[in-house]
Amino acid sequence: MRPRPRTGAANLTTEAEAAAPLVLARFVRHRRERRVVLVLAGLVLLVAAVSLMVGAYNLSVPDLLRTLVGQGATSENFIVFKLRLPRLTLAILVGVAFAVSGALFQTVLRNPLASPDIIGVTGGASAAAVFGMLVLGVGSVATSFMAFGGAMVVACAIYLLAWRGGVAGYRFVLIGVGVAFMVQGLLGYLLSRADLRNAEDALTWLVGSVSGARWPEIALLAAFLAVLLPGVAVLAGRMRMLQLGDDTASALGVRAERSRLALLVAAVALAALATAFVGPLAFVAFVSAPIARRLVATGSLALVPAALIGVLITTVADFTAQHLLPGALDLPAGIITGAIGAPYLLWLLATQNRIGKGA
Amino acid sequence: MPQPTDQPATVAATTGPVAAPAASARHELTANALSLGYDGARIVDGLDLAIEPGAITVIVGANASGKSTLLRGLARLLPPQAGTVTLDGRNIESLPSKQVATIVGLLPQQPVAPDGIGVADLVGRGRYPHQGWFRHWSSTDDAIVAAAMAATQTLELAPRRMEELSGGQRQRVWIAMALAQKPDILLLDEPTTFLDVTHQIEVLDLLHELNHEQGTTVVMVLHDLNLAARYADRLVVMRAGRIIAEGPPAEVLTEAVVLEAFGLTARIIADPVCGSPMIVPVGRFHSTV
Repeated sequence: MRPRPRTGAANLTTEAEAAAPLVLARFVRHRRERRVVLVLAGLVLLVAAVSLMVGAYNLSVPDLLRTLVGQGATSENFIVFKLRLPRLTLAILVGVAFAVSGALFQTVLRNPLASPDIIGVTGGASAAAVFGMLVLGVGSVATSFMAFGGAMVVACAIYLLAWRGGVAGYRFVLIGVGVAFMVQGLLGYLLSRADLRNAEDALTWLVGSVSGARWPEIALLAAFLAVLLPGVAVLAGRMRMLQLGDDTASALGVRAERSRLALLVAAVALAALATAFVGPLAFVAFVSAPIARRLVATGSLALVPAALIGVLITTVADFTAQHLLPGALDLPAGIITGAIGAPYLLWLLATQNRIGKGA
Repeated sequence: MPQPTDQPATVAATTGPVAAPAASARHELTANALSLGYDGARIVDGLDLAIEPGAITVIVGANASGKSTLLRGLARLLPPQAGTVTLDGRNIESLPSKQVATIVGLLPQQPVAPDGIGVADLVGRGRYPHQGWFRHWSSTDDAIVAAAMAATQTLELAPRRMEELSGGQRQRVWIAMALAQKPDILLLDEPTTFLDVTHQIEVLDLLHELNHEQGTTVVMVLHDLNLAARYADRLVVMRAGRIIAEGPPAEVLTEAVVLEAFGLTARIIADPVCGSPMIVPVGRFHSTV
């Protein structure tokens, strides 16, 4: 036997035979991700249907379908199109935005702790928003703008502070955590000197809530996402190379530093945008991608599964906060997402023994 | 030493009818008065080196002599502080990085594999520089990846995951990825580190085969002087960021050069296996002559 299956008479047939294990491996890999996506999409659909049907006034499935195709009674139309659907849509959009943002951060910086809510990007948005509400006394639109700006400023600061002829994930995360503490301190100061009624509004915003969603702002958010997400899709190929480390990525023709900057800009924009619209829904960005990657488990970027997990978390959290918790009505969804995320953070810190490992 | 193993027909067969005439186009990689370093510290200082096309060049030197830095510079992972690296006479910094990647490949010392990644997926990513906006994955890519995996004997590992493999298997998969890139010049930073002696020989034999059968220019950093002397066509000996000797191992590797480069007194004998120079270190003890 010759050590290698190489002969001088190779033709297209043997080439196809040689490639068969590759084709099979690819098929298995894609099938796995497709199945995860299908199951998650089914779950999202289920949660969406339940969210639209259940409430102070329950709709049956036929009621809901009739209303959705435009045949509903006035009261049903009001409940679905004015109350529940906007809220659901907003939850879905911010779920996607937070989840994709977290996935980008974690992949590009190669660190599971690299997530906008851990490294102070959403914190920066919060501080700026609360400053706007409490000190400047601006309205909700201006608050959103301030939140977006705050996230951008903080992200730039972290990037510049972490720059040493390039940005390494570990240093970026450490500096980010430091910056997160600083903005937390700023927030505490702002809240402590505000009067009680204003502080209460600010606190609700700080937990994060999708209540009070209106169609114009949803359309605006959707428009931003329609620009950002295709941009992320274009950069996905480069991201797959960055997964292999900067040196390998560069050797394969990716300009590592430049690609990382572009991806970080997209990630910060997504997180800032989502925070501007609903407040910092804690930990959605942090947990979605790791869960998705554990489900898919092929080393794929798993951006679509991550987005679906994000949507599941935000929609279920909002539903739980609205209907399943006793006591005050209409709790902000951020309470639930925080309750999911915090134990995961503890678990991660307890099990992650190799510094810098991840994504 | 180099045996005339396979005829050109074999090369054509492994790369397939679809492959470009890669081996025929010999590319020239040159360092011109090249200075490299990190944060102001200069590690490689005003160095000139022309990589001989179609040969195996091995860079040796003591720790911190700048050999890995030089390799990173040649692979344009590190921008020069002064001087240039040229590919076929053109400054490598001014060429599109994807275009360079179709000619120059690099296997870093410790490449990173994402959690859960499959072998076939990883090797396939080596095709990245050949893909673009309008050119997506095709059966040509499959054929090239399959050939790269056959050459490194990793085809049967295709369904497995990287974390299931042994160190030697993993290194072969990484080399397969670099081969899938189809570079004319392949740079490797200590490809045998962390491998036991059997796997070291296996990897070096593979690179020898690649060089002799496909005409790929190989440039690597090696720690083991004896293996370097055996596998190199040209040896580059570095000390403190400069080249102190360069040429065929038999001419370059003298007792004086070893003393200068490593501060080590050694005897040189002929390798009983292949006749290349072999270093026998003289320590402070155990000497009977």
